[in-house]
Amino acid sequence: MKGVVLSLMVMLVFSGYALAEGPAPTPKLDSGDTAWLLISTALVFLMTVPGLALFYGGLAKKKDVLNTLAMSLTSYALVSVLWVLYGYSLAFNEDVSGVIGKTTKFLLSGVGMESLNNTIPEFLFVAFQLTFAAITVALISGSFIERIKFSAWIVFAVLWFTLVYVPVAHWVWGGGFLAKLGALDFAGGTVVHINAGIAGLVGALFLGKRKEPYLKPHNLTLVALGTGLLWFGWIGFNAGSAVASNSLAAIALLNTNTATAVAALTWLFTEWVFSGKPTVLGFCSGAVAGLVAITPAAGFVNVSGSIIIGLLAGFVPYFMIAKVKPALGYDDALDVFGIHGVAGIIGAFLTGILADPSVNPTGKGLLFGNPSQLWIQLLSVVVVLIYDLLVTAIILLGIKVTMGLRSYEEEEIAGLDLSHHGERAYDLE
Amino acid sequence: MKKITAIVKPFKLDEVKEALVKVGIGGMTVTEVKGFGEQRGQTEIYRGQELKVDFLPKLKIEVVVRDEQVDAVVEALLKSAYTGKIGDGKIFISPVEEVIRIRTKERGERAV
Repeated sequence: MKGVVLSLMVMLVFSGYALAEGPAPTPKLDSGDTAWLLISTALVFLMTVPGLALFYGGLAKKKDVLNTLAMSLTSYALVSVLWVLYGYSLAFNEDVSGVIGKTTKFLLSGVGMESLNNTIPEFLFVAFQLTFAAITVALISGSFIERIKFSAWIVFAVLWFTLVYVPVAHWVWGGGFLAKLGALDFAGGTVVHINAGIAGLVGALFLGKRKEPYLKPHNLTLVALGTGLLWFGWIGFNAGSAVASNSLAAIALLNTNTATAVAALTWLFTEWVFSGKPTVLGFCSGAVAGLVAITPAAGFVNVSGSIIIGLLAGFVPYFMIAKVKPALGYDDALDVFGIHGVAGIIGAFLTGILADPSVNPTGKGLLFGNPSQLWIQLLSVVVVLIYDLLVTAIILLGIKVTMGLRSYEEEEIAGLDLSHHGERAYDLE
Repeated sequence: MKKITAIVKPFKLDEVKEALVKVGIGGMTVTEVKGFGEQRGQTEIYRGQELKVDFLPKLKIEVVVRDEQVDAVVEALLKSAYTGKIGDGKIFISPVEEVIRIRTKERGERAV
């Protein structure tokens, strides 16, 4: 057993894994890599603040827009603090039994001005990963809008980040057991999107349906703005996950752009055919689905692969949302599962099929003679899904029986902006 | 004195205003309202789900006139607010008990 683990670790260290985890063999700081990652960190920050905030805000009903924004904003701020407190250490420090990182880097103790992660300062790696953790938490709020109690959201955000995001990040990126198994997730299809998608679905079930359980976007122009910021910021999310300023980052950027454009158009045309009209919301939704699906694949597939991914990402989530969700009757208000969960799963599997070793030697998919990769992807998805589902359910149950999860009916009807925040978003006639 | 209330299509506002000024009204009040009559609403669609919106935006125009002006004002309204399509609106006429001008305290027909 020890021999197997040891040889796997050796393979891992020399495989030049796309996302560096923990202490690295190359000790020299590269200013090109560092500059790019500094920018990428800023780009991914923008995805949450205000990208996702506005994307979700515009989709919410007018009386709930501020509360919707608040959940994204507080996610970012809370995770910012908790990440440096303990999140980074538990996710990315030296591995303990494949399950979690050592606690020795709490408050970044031991991380100094000379500390490196491969070719970038470790502090930068901390900051870059922080932005990923933050947006994952923020994504979940889309399922909860218009009815969750604000105080319950804050408690949920802290607990979910600690008990779900941090361990999963360690397993896939931090040298944990899923990394050791060879699961491919370039920028966070599983760690971020499937994770958030499942949590959103579970939350929607625990919260129950809204009094007005339909999508009535109060400002689609904000949604379009948010989509633009997300697409722009995702360049940092995917291309930045090369953790280097090189051709891998370049192909990740190109793949991201291609898959997203294809997905946006696919959703637009699918909707045109099946619902009768091409909507702006459809274009934006398709774009986001494409961005999600290409996330695990961006640094592993070639451009043809990104087109295939885009096609499926624009097509399948549309049917999930337009047909399956209403049939099953759950109120995943902003389709966190329908888009992030489903497109994330599609992306994870397609990565296992389409990973092209000429793009990234650490990733070889079924089409290139490695059918076992698909099974590894499946295992990785299933493990995260089950863990996420169970722990999220426990967290929500705990909140429900102690402090309560949902707003009162009068609060929901009046709108959470007024009820929870005492604010009105618009003072127009 | 009579109050004439007209519910009209919003894009007709300028035409109606010109027509009423021409027949000599002293002023008017316009409110943005929602409503439906024979004209049913629209269907919007978001992520594949249809949202029926029964109410349509309309404008409510109110003018208070002397009894002898009523016919001319109604004529002007009927001409300017008309399109011939469903949803053109309605005109309501009701009696007014008193009219007072705030600035000068004038009452009755002199205040209209």
